[in-house]
Formats: sequence, structure tokens, C-alpha cells
Amino acid sequence: MPVNLKQIAGVELKFTKGHRMCAGCGVAIFVRELSAAAQDLGIDLVFSNATGCLEVTTSVYPESSWKYPWIHSAFENASATISGVERAYYALKAKGKINHDKKVKFVAIAGDGGSYDIGLQSMSGAMERGHNILFISYDNEAYMNTGYQRSSATPLYANTTTAPFGKSVPGKTQPRKDLFAIAVAHGIPYAATVSIYYWNDLITKVQKALTIEGPTFILSITPCIPGWAMPTGDAVSLSKSAVETGYWPLIEYENGVYKWSPSNPKQLKPIEEFVSKQKRFEGMLKKPELVEHFRQEVIQNYEKYKKLCGVA
Amino acid sequence: MVAVKTIRKSLTGAQAAAEAMKQVDVDVVAAYPITPQTPIVQEYAQFVADGIVNTEMIQVESEHSAMSAVIGAAASGARATTATSAQGLAYMWEMVGIASTLRLPIVMNIVNRALSGPLNIHCDHSDAMSIRDLGWIMLFSENPQEVYYNNILAFRIAEDPRVFLPVAVNQDGFITSHCVEAVDVLEDEFVKKFVGDYKYPYTLLDFENPISVGEWAMPSHYFEFRVSVQKAIEDSVPVIEEIFDKFYQETGVKFDFFEGYRVEDADIVFISMGSTSGTVRYVVDRMRSKGGKVGSINVRVFRPFRIDKLLNIIPNAKYLVVMDRSLSFGTTGSPLYQDITSGLYSKDRCLLVNNYVYGLGGRDITDTDIEEVYEHALYSMSEGISGQVVYVGLNPSFVKK
Ligand SMILES: Cc1ncc(C[n+]2csc(CCOP(=O)(O)OP(=O)(O)O)c2C)c(N)n1
Ligand code: SF4
Repeated sequence: MPVNLKQIAGVELKFTKGHRMCAGCGVAIFVRELSAAAQDLGIDLVFSNATGCLEVTTSVYPESSWKYPWIHSAFENASATISGVERAYYALKAKGKINHDKKVKFVAIAGDGGSYDIGLQSMSGAMERGHNILFISYDNEAYMNTGYQRSSATPLYANTTTAPFGKSVPGKTQPRKDLFAIAVAHGIPYAATVSIYYWNDLITKVQKALTIEGPTFILSITPCIPGWAMPTGDAVSLSKSAVETGYWPLIEYENGVYKWSPSNPKQLKPIEEFVSKQKRFEGMLKKPELVEHFRQEVIQNYEKYKKLCGVA
Repeated sequence: MVAVKTIRKSLTGAQAAAEAMKQVDVDVVAAYPITPQTPIVQEYAQFVADGIVNTEMIQVESEHSAMSAVIGAAASGARATTATSAQGLAYMWEMVGIASTLRLPIVMNIVNRALSGPLNIHCDHSDAMSIRDLGWIMLFSENPQEVYYNNILAFRIAEDPRVFLPVAVNQDGFITSHCVEAVDVLEDEFVKKFVGDYKYPYTLLDFENPISVGEWAMPSHYFEFRVSVQKAIEDSVPVIEEIFDKFYQETGVKFDFFEGYRVEDADIVFISMGSTSGTVRYVVDRMRSKGGKVGSINVRVFRPFRIDKLLNIIPNAKYLVVMDRSLSFGTTGSPLYQDITSGLYSKDRCLLVNNYVYGLGGRDITDTDIEEVYEHALYSMSEGISGQVVYVGLNPSFVKK
């Protein structure tokens, strides 16, 4: 169900302006696109938001940017909280205590910390139990809310405050964790990666993830201005270059089948295009052997998913 | 005077809790097994499996998620409950405090068990004491019968619009949870009516009027949220009184914050919680028959803690034996003792009080032990000794070291 940009651009979003996210924040753009996708679909959503940038900037009491039912309880448990909301919905419906006939999806949304790390257990539990939820990880590749500490989604050799690039240790020395693979391993019916530049691809995938019954999963690359140490206006172009360089393959997984998204490039651009605009890679860029290792990691991941998708 | 019928059943404390949950018709249960809480949830899961109840049961992957899910469910307008013990409660601690500041009328059964370490599955109150400052109303039960009544009362108290706070129903691990006793079970219809329908003024599931729950509060507002919990727990006092009174009117069963036994003229008063209170009463009778002016108090409502009510029922007391089944490391005494001593000071009542710490990790407490405590109390009273912490039943070899 591809949508018309003009149509969605004109809609007043239920994720409203007036939040306190940094100017140019990729997460804000992502949630706007997400909201547009849901509104275009006419589906009711309930959000459970993990602690993190998105939560603290959009819910400063007594204001709120959410015209959706929205709950935050803690950092690691967006999925467990929404599990309770979801079961309550079906329990109360069965007892005739609520009257609601529209389609509904229960959404847990978390940063990479709230999904890859501290939130992993709760996400895994909810997926395993098969709730009718969409789990969204907006992946800005570090703990941004608390000041750019490393997460297991932080890329190799990136500089963060807890894995700083120094004379002896070159920033983060482990590659990213593959959360997409972990999500899929739960046997869920649908999972996809998205990038905010490819809005049409994003909206199509989000709409699928919202309509398919059971646990579904969206992983979004969402550049962070201070965390990635990049120019304010670059979130969208960097989400584009992440895909063009193969850093962020766009994929889908649906009922056992992996699919290569049409927006993936025919020919990969050099990885430097993605990393050179971000000061977090400044140290790595000075050492060709590190850049080479980084490139190998990226290509390996890219090839792995290409193969899974059956693309030559 | 009382028309309501009861059926006598042989139940463990765990079964008594499950029985009450069944009768109040809980919408959502989320729980994770831990000894000795497990039989509550197993029993309830069987009710669900047999179609006896209409409850959504969430078999969560941890206690942290259990409380999180129950928070989500309660914020959605569902009657939601969980149960746990010791490490489980410690693991959900973060969410326990969030449940009360969100003002969610959750009921949780806590089957009291010692905290690690070392690892120990037996009864003491150190788990419950770790949440005593988190804004929950806390009831303690002496036996399966009280577990049953407390569960019914807990829902009614929690869901009263003047309260909207979570309530914990405590019972002693194994001693109460696993021992079978005769329990008078009220009729289903009566319980249903007594507890009433759960109507939360706000619900996450109102799609037309969406609300935000659990926002981020700056220093400009945080303080007020915390004080509102304090106010609510203070305001719950007359509501609890009223509900106890109603229960009495309708069932003939009388409850109070503190249950006094032969206290009116007592010089020495034992104060204890949970299953030990029964043993204490037994010893009180024995001492009375020997002419001792002694009585006992069973603490049934531990939070809110009302020292005025306690003092009201012991007008003649000279000496208090405060029995704690937990420790508070590095301070003057254990939690109940701290509450009582600070309460005496604030009420300008000068009594001799000693703290008797007993039964940690399930160490047996017998009538003989309590008699020894009484001897110690008699001596301390005559010598005017106060402010001591006495460890009851500690291994003699350990004491020597
Ligand atoms: C149990 C717990 N540990 C630590 C924190 C502190 N904390 C709050 S948000 C956060 C990082 C959030 O990072 P992420 O999930 O990646 O989201 P982002 O801020 O990047 O949007 C941390 C460490 C917390 N709130 N709770
Ligand atoms: S710190 Fe990063 S993720 Fe957080 S609001 Fe700013 S740009 Fe967005």
C-alpha cells in the first residue's frame, strides 16, 4: 500500500510539534513518518515508550506530544508494559467492558538501549508470548538520552563517552549486535528494517507491521545530531547514505521469507560517504586499517542479508 | 445479624489467595514463579485452564515484567494482580514504586521469604520491608483465613476512588502459604458485590480521549507527585476503617489496623506480625494464667502505620516487646521497632521498648522462645532497660565469637 507523499504531508499528525527533541533529530522524523503511516491506515495505536530521548523530550509534564494513548513506565520494559495493556484490552473486550470495533495495534517503542541491551529480555518475552504488538527499535546507535554512551548497537570504532577513541583503545572494539536476526529468531510473522529517507518503503513496511496479527518488528536507523557528531541538517541524507553504502540494508522478513527491498542500491557507494560526515568516526578515519576492518564488517553483514534474501 | 453464608474449605494460604482472586474476578494476572509464592499462581492458572475464571494470564519472563504488565493492564482499566516473594520482589522493586506513583490500584500477594544472600527460601519479612517506603498499603496475614479476607479487602481498598493505591497482601512463606487450615469462604455473589466493579477514571484504552501515563516530571512538578502519594496513603486511613466496618457489618468478621489481645490492662505488650502472632497469643494466655499482666498486638495494617491507633489500645502498657522478622542494617533497630519508637516519641509516650529480632531465614520461633523473650522483658522492665536489640534463637556458638 504505497502512499502519496502529498496526501500524508497534509495530515495533522497525532505525534505533534512542540516536543523538545534536538533540531534535525532523526528520531523525530521517524516518529512523524510512523504516525503518518498509521493515520493513513486508520488504525488505532497505543504506545508504550521506553525511557530514552524520545520519551523525555515528548512527555514533559504537563505537556505531551502524543495524541495517542501513551504510557511510559521505565527503561527496560516497554514490551512488558504493552503486554499488559494488550491483554487488558482483550480481557475487557471479552467481558463487554469496552466497546471498540476499529483495528488496533499495541506499539512498544524504544531506543537501541531499550531494545538491544537492557530491554532485550522484555522484548524477547513479549515476542515469544505472541502478543499483538509492534516492537519498534529506533536505533540511534548509542544511549543518547544519557549522553552518547556505547550500546551493543554502536558500530565498530565509533567514539562514545564510555568507549572513547583513545591512544590505546580505538573506540568501540566490537561490531554491532544483529537485533534483526534476534527478532526473527522468535518466529514472529513480520520484521523489517527502514530508513527515514526512503519514506515510501518505510510507510509500506510500517503499515504491514501494523496490520499483520501478532508480534511484528521494525528496526529504524535514526541519526542523532550530537551523538553522531554531525551537522544539524544531515539526518535524512545520512539515512540515505547508510543505505547507499550498504551499511544499512533494507530488508523484510515475512512468514519465513526474507525480502530485499527495492530501494537497496544496484551498486554500493564507498563506506567513506557514510562515515566521513560523522565526527564519531574521526579517529577511525585516520587509520586506514581500521576503516578497512569496518568496511569488511559492513560488507559481510550486507552479503549475509543479500544471501538470505536470495539476491545474487 | 449476619446473613451471608460461608462454606468451610481446607485451604493453604496460597490456595486461599487464589480463591479470593477467583471470586473478585480478576481481569489480568501476570506473574513469574518463585518459591514459596508459586502455588498461588499455579492454582490460578488451573482455574484459567479449566475455564472457571475469565482472566487473561500473562506468563511473563520475569518479575520485573510481571509488575510492568500489571501496570500496563491497570492503567488500561483492568483489575490486575500479581504475586511474588523475596528475590522476585527485589527484582520488581523498580516497578513497585512506579505502580504507586501512577496511583494504580494493583493488588499483589507477597509470600514473605528471606532475601539472598545467602540464598534461603524460608520465611522472614525482609522482602516486604524493602518496599515499605514505596507508597503501597501493606496488609499482613496471620493464617490462611486472614489471607483470604485480606485479599478481598485489598481490592476494595485499592479501588476506592479516595485511595487508588496498590495494596500488598503479605503472608508467611511455607508457614502460612503451604499449611492447610480450615477457611471460611464467603459466597461468590457476596464477594463480587462487596468488592464491586473496578472503575478507573482514566484509561489508556480511550482512543477518543487519549491520555499520557507516566510522563517525565521536572523539579517543578515531581515533588507534588510524591506528596500526592503521601496524601493518598494518609487519606486511606478513614477509608480502610470504613471498609473494615462494612465488612464487619456484612460478615460479622472484625478487623482493625492492630489487633489487640488482652492488652487493656497489660504492662508488657508483645507486638508482632504474621503467623508468629498466633504463637504469641498462646504464650500470653499461659503467662496470664500465671498472673502475668501481658498482652499482644498483631499488626495487620503495616502501611499506613498509625501509631495513635496502636497506643490507643494499650493505655496501661509500660514495656513493649517489638518482634521483627527482618533486619535494618546499620541503624537503631529493625523496621517495626523504628516505626514504634519514632511514633512513641512523636506522641510523647515514654515506654520501655526493646527490639526482638527473630526467625530470619525461617529460623523456628517456638512458644519456649517467646517465653524466654517474656522473661527477658520482665527483667528489662524491672531494670528499666530500653533501646536494646536482642537476637532471639541465634546459635550459641555464633554468639560466643
Ligand atoms: C534501569 C535503568 N538504568 C539506567 C537508566 C538511565 N538511562 C535512561 S535512558 C538511558 C539510555 C537510553 O538509550 P536508548 O535506549 O538507546 O535511547 P535514546 O536515548 O538513544 O533514545 C539510560 C542509560 C534508567 N533510566 N534505568
Ligand atoms: S540527542 Fe540525538 S536522539 Fe536525542 S533528541 Fe537529540 S538528536 Fe535526537
